[in-house]
Amino acid sequence: MEINKISEFKKKSIFFKISEVLVTMASKPSGFIGLSILVFHILLAFVSPYLAPYDFKAIDPSLMLQAPSSEYWFGTDSLGRDVFTRTIMGGRTALTITFFGSLIALLWGGLLGIFCGLVGGKIDDVVMRIVDAFLSIPWILAMLLIVSLLGTSTEVLIPALGFFYGKGIVRVARAATHDVIAKDFIISARARGHSNLSIIWNEIIPNVRDAILVEGAMRWSWMLLGFSSLSFLGFGVSPPTPDWGLMISNARGLMSFAYWAVIAPIVGLSSLIIGINLTADAFAKALGIDRSTKAPV
Amino acid sequence: MEEIIQKVKNLSVGFKSQKGHEISILKNITTNIKKGETVGIVGESGSGKSTLALAMMGYVKQGLFTMDGECIFNSSDLLKMENRELEKIRGRKIAMIPQNAGQSLTPNLKIGYQIDEALKLHTKLNKSERDNKTSELLNKVRLPSPETIALRYPHELSGGQQQRVAVGMALAGNPDLLLLDEPTTGLDVTTQAHVLELLNFIAKDTGTSMVYVSHDLGAIAQVSDRIIVMYSGEIVLEGPARDILKQPVHPYTYGLLKSIPKLSLAGLPDSMPGSQPQPGMIQKGCSFYDRCNFAEDKCKKNSPNLEYVSELKTSVRCFNYKKLIEKKNDKNTKIKRNEKNIKINEILNLTDVSISYAKQKFLDQILNKITDTNPTVKDINININKGETLALVGESGSGKSTILKSIAGLLRTKEGKIKFDKDKILSNDLKKRNSSNLRAIQLIFQNPDESLNPNHTVEEILAQPLKLYFGLSGEELKKNIIELLEKVRLGKFYMTRYPRQLSGGEKQRVAVARAFAAKPDIILCDEVTSALDVSVQAAVLNLLQKLKEDFGTTYIFVSHDLAVVRAISDRVAVLYQGRLCEIGPSKNVYQFPSHPYTEVLLGAVLEPDPDIKPKLVAEDVVEERPPEKGCCFQGRCPRILGDKCKNETPPWQIGDNGNAIRCHISVEELKKNQI
Amino acid sequence: MFFLIIKRILLGLITLIIVSLITFAGTEVLPGDACTTYLEREAYGAALEACYERLGLNIPAHERYLSWAYNVVQGDFGYSLSGQMPINEVLGPRVKNSMVLASAAIIIGIPIALILGIVTALWRDKLPDITISTVTIFAMTIPEFISATLLILVVAIWLEWLPGIVIVPTDVTITELLPNIILPVIAIAMIMTAHMARMVRSSVIQVMASDYVQMAILKGVPYWKMVFKHVLPNALLPAINVVALTIAWLLGGVVVTEVVFNYPGLGRLVIESISNRDLPTVQALAIILASIYVSINLIADLLTLMLNPRLKTLQIRK
Repeated sequence: MEINKISEFKKKSIFFKISEVLVTMASKPSGFIGLSILVFHILLAFVSPYLAPYDFKAIDPSLMLQAPSSEYWFGTDSLGRDVFTRTIMGGRTALTITFFGSLIALLWGGLLGIFCGLVGGKIDDVVMRIVDAFLSIPWILAMLLIVSLLGTSTEVLIPALGFFYGKGIVRVARAATHDVIAKDFIISARARGHSNLSIIWNEIIPNVRDAILVEGAMRWSWMLLGFSSLSFLGFGVSPPTPDWGLMISNARGLMSFAYWAVIAPIVGLSSLIIGINLTADAFAKALGIDRSTKAPV
Repeated sequence: MEEIIQKVKNLSVGFKSQKGHEISILKNITTNIKKGETVGIVGESGSGKSTLALAMMGYVKQGLFTMDGECIFNSSDLLKMENRELEKIRGRKIAMIPQNAGQSLTPNLKIGYQIDEALKLHTKLNKSERDNKTSELLNKVRLPSPETIALRYPHELSGGQQQRVAVGMALAGNPDLLLLDEPTTGLDVTTQAHVLELLNFIAKDTGTSMVYVSHDLGAIAQVSDRIIVMYSGEIVLEGPARDILKQPVHPYTYGLLKSIPKLSLAGLPDSMPGSQPQPGMIQKGCSFYDRCNFAEDKCKKNSPNLEYVSELKTSVRCFNYKKLIEKKNDKNTKIKRNEKNIKINEILNLTDVSISYAKQKFLDQILNKITDTNPTVKDINININKGETLALVGESGSGKSTILKSIAGLLRTKEGKIKFDKDKILSNDLKKRNSSNLRAIQLIFQNPDESLNPNHTVEEILAQPLKLYFGLSGEELKKNIIELLEKVRLGKFYMTRYPRQLSGGEKQRVAVARAFAAKPDIILCDEVTSALDVSVQAAVLNLLQKLKEDFGTTYIFVSHDLAVVRAISDRVAVLYQGRLCEIGPSKNVYQFPSHPYTEVLLGAVLEPDPDIKPKLVAEDVVEERPPEKGCCFQGRCPRILGDKCKNETPPWQIGDNGNAIRCHISVEELKKNQI
Repeated sequence: MFFLIIKRILLGLITLIIVSLITFAGTEVLPGDACTTYLEREAYGAALEACYERLGLNIPAHERYLSWAYNVVQGDFGYSLSGQMPINEVLGPRVKNSMVLASAAIIIGIPIALILGIVTALWRDKLPDITISTVTIFAMTIPEFISATLLILVVAIWLEWLPGIVIVPTDVTITELLPNIILPVIAIAMIMTAHMARMVRSSVIQVMASDYVQMAILKGVPYWKMVFKHVLPNALLPAINVVALTIAWLLGGVVVTEVVFNYPGLGRLVIESISNRDLPTVQALAIILASIYVSINLIADLLTLMLNPRLKTLQIRK
């Protein structure tokens, strides 16, 4: 290796690393498309209230189910609300709730997983049994129950989603910790007499971080899928807040003559989920992790 | 004229880098394989030797492509052949014996099926004839009870047995050419010698040509008629085996041979600087230029051609090979090790140590009953003096690494005491050891890829012990790190590098520096050179020796390689199945009389010299557990006396050269039989 | 081997016990009980007392759990609050209908997933792989309710090929049901198939890169023989467990799809009983769905045990 170029080996700052990963991700077409869609949606979520041509909750029976026109680009829905306005604003709640939900999932799932992988033995067995039991209750049943009893406020949805989608992260973090912990550099640190906390912080976390982050990104797309299913079933965002899941559900009954009210939110939601998914895929590839072997649980 | 069966012409194989450059890993290879001869291809990892062997079967690994050239077999180019035609040649005309038979046998198919499959494809035998042939083949590769082996799955066999199955499978099609890709690497010393002997027998018996690819000149020397030395994707030397081993006329081969530790010579081998360049790094000039002692300006500017020297019957790729011919009388001048540092001053003492992997049952744990009467490691009594290097030698399963781990506190001893510095008893619980005792004992591991955290820079790696034991920080810390790097001959610009940006030898130097950062009294070295290339190994050994002399450190050096142990150690302990067989000053252990197991081990060592043949004294059976009573080596001992060895634990006796041997046979008797 | 099987079954049972505890505790801990949530504003006085009496909510929680669990083990889930009838009677036909739907999706989905996965792996990075992989990414990411809605819009409304909404009574016979389930099955199978195909693909690719496949090639084994003898048995073995997890995950998708198509199965019952705050039924559903999940995984575990030579020969070596 050429040893004269010292500058090339400067310790990289965290921002440099992030930008490096982003560049790798964007260098493949699928990663580029995914990233652009995601960035587009995030920007849209921020600026849509200022872009919206109409009031999202303004009901006008005289404008019911108008076909797309130059005035109402995506037509109007059964209450005469502008579908374009509601579509560009329909991702805000979903994005916010699932983003923070994923963060919570990442945090508790990652920490519990690392803990279990590290201690092993009986404690690990018991915790994993419980996690398994939670996994075997269909998420939709559990979520519906919680939401129906506690309501659909953001304060309920974020932790509930975070909890239920963190279970899978526990497994991934635990497996990654198991792999790392047998490595000689951990044994070496133990033999030197480092404390457990220092071993977790210095040796384990840097080596399982990537796997957990990738899992978190993946969870995000599934959580979005789950959340919009809840909305669709009427257990998510409460009307009149615009939300794609709810819009599809409401417009579904009339789609034989007003398909536009269904198509617009479908395009919005599908593109966002695909965007997150492609991004997560590219993210995994940029970090050298194969995510396609995992089940979506 | 001898008949040529395979012709490799101007072969170049390469890959496309991420930036789209074509990078070659084989450059312009031209060579012929003659009928009935065995050609050894030797080179370090990354020299392209395996790629060459695969290309000889018309196979190019995924990601690689043929840039130029051809491999001609039976007057057709294998590299341009359709798969359907290749299927008729592979296994039938040319067969491969892979490096890791354990991973090369399909896990879900029985041994018998896999051999039968080859017979079905390449012979016209009917079912019952094939069954007979399968048994015959398994018999030929000297596997016990072929009928039962045929019904087994690959994972049910030992490494040596798997390798034999692979040999048998390759012979199924009665091939004209056998390609062997590191067929004995990863096997135990004695197993390796047995497999090699088998291969030699097969070569003579069947008259097939063989291409034997290996990094191990010792193995190559035992089998080859002709040797090809590869470096950085090129042939640098090619000629008759004897001439090449006795008088290597290429500087790389010359250095390589000198850097191999030999049983017959005490002391450290000469080391070669640097390491093999990565593919694509050398744009012009000789690829060995950086490491060559004979290099001149023209070597940097122009690439030498492979030139046939008729008086030597050898082809050599060097401008200055004549200088090496003149050097031929130059004897091996080994660096004498300085033994003055050893004071008879005990630093570590192991008394009656036994270690068990068996988990105690819960009830027994409460009742404090000792259940395992036959622990993995038993009755270990060793004193280690300050400043000496004690080597623990044995095959896999001998318990040598286990003992090392329990000294480090990573494994609990079941019985016995480990005393440090005369009176400090080291607890068998790591958590109960105090900081100064922890600091005093440091570990260096076999594989630096695993022992260095891939997410830390060299600076962070070296800072850890300095912060932990000495509480250093800031400028002080940095100064110390730079000093450490200098001690292991790495520049300070290595500080910001990650382990993946270092070569194998550099990584191991960092690991050495990390151990020395603690200013330890004892360093435990666990197979520290076995993951390294030969030319790098010598440099690391020399470095360890130098550091030890500078700091008066004590080493406990675990290795399976008797020649390496011979080079570095003052005293040697030979272990079998977790029991000590023999211990004594290294120069004496390597002389007779020895414990019968030491005799077996020494006999199996492969020297890079065609005149020194291994002596196979005992069978290479794999024993899963040590025997319940009697001598630990009773199962394989060639000199077994009978019931006495099976029932009574043998006594220690002191040989006339000072080494202690644990055997029922008297020293005089052993001496008489062994010399 | 025998010991291993017993161990797996026991672990499955333990999981179910924990699930029952979780659901039971969950409904205890959350504000309100079965009666107050069900009666809502009428939860006072005699009506509440009567409800407590009927459900036995007067006795302490742990006793209630034990008697409930005792009944469940005997196959009695108690009374539904909304339907005023034994839960068993409510569940029976629903379970059957959902089973028909799910098994149809599995029977169609698994072979297609296998074929797609193997094809994409063998033609890796070639045209078949690129096309199929792109399609599976879309199929995998789009929620069931969207694909179901689009299917209805295109196939039922625009093309008018098939009925869009299932209008049949709950206790319909299977033959009457079959023509109605085509669209729901497609909606469910799509996402599951895409997931499985991707997993099979990466498993096959991994095995194709193994030393023993290279050895088989160098031994002169013809390509397709190599694929069927050396690659697939080893690639599909680890896929079994992952496929089982996917199937179990499909249960959630079934709920949504059933709602979209108005299909009289377990999924719609989930929504109905939750909307009606019928906690005893919800508990019963949780146990049933969890048992399905556990048994699918158990079957996968046992299959792997039986097919894996490493585990099969365990007792011989001992």
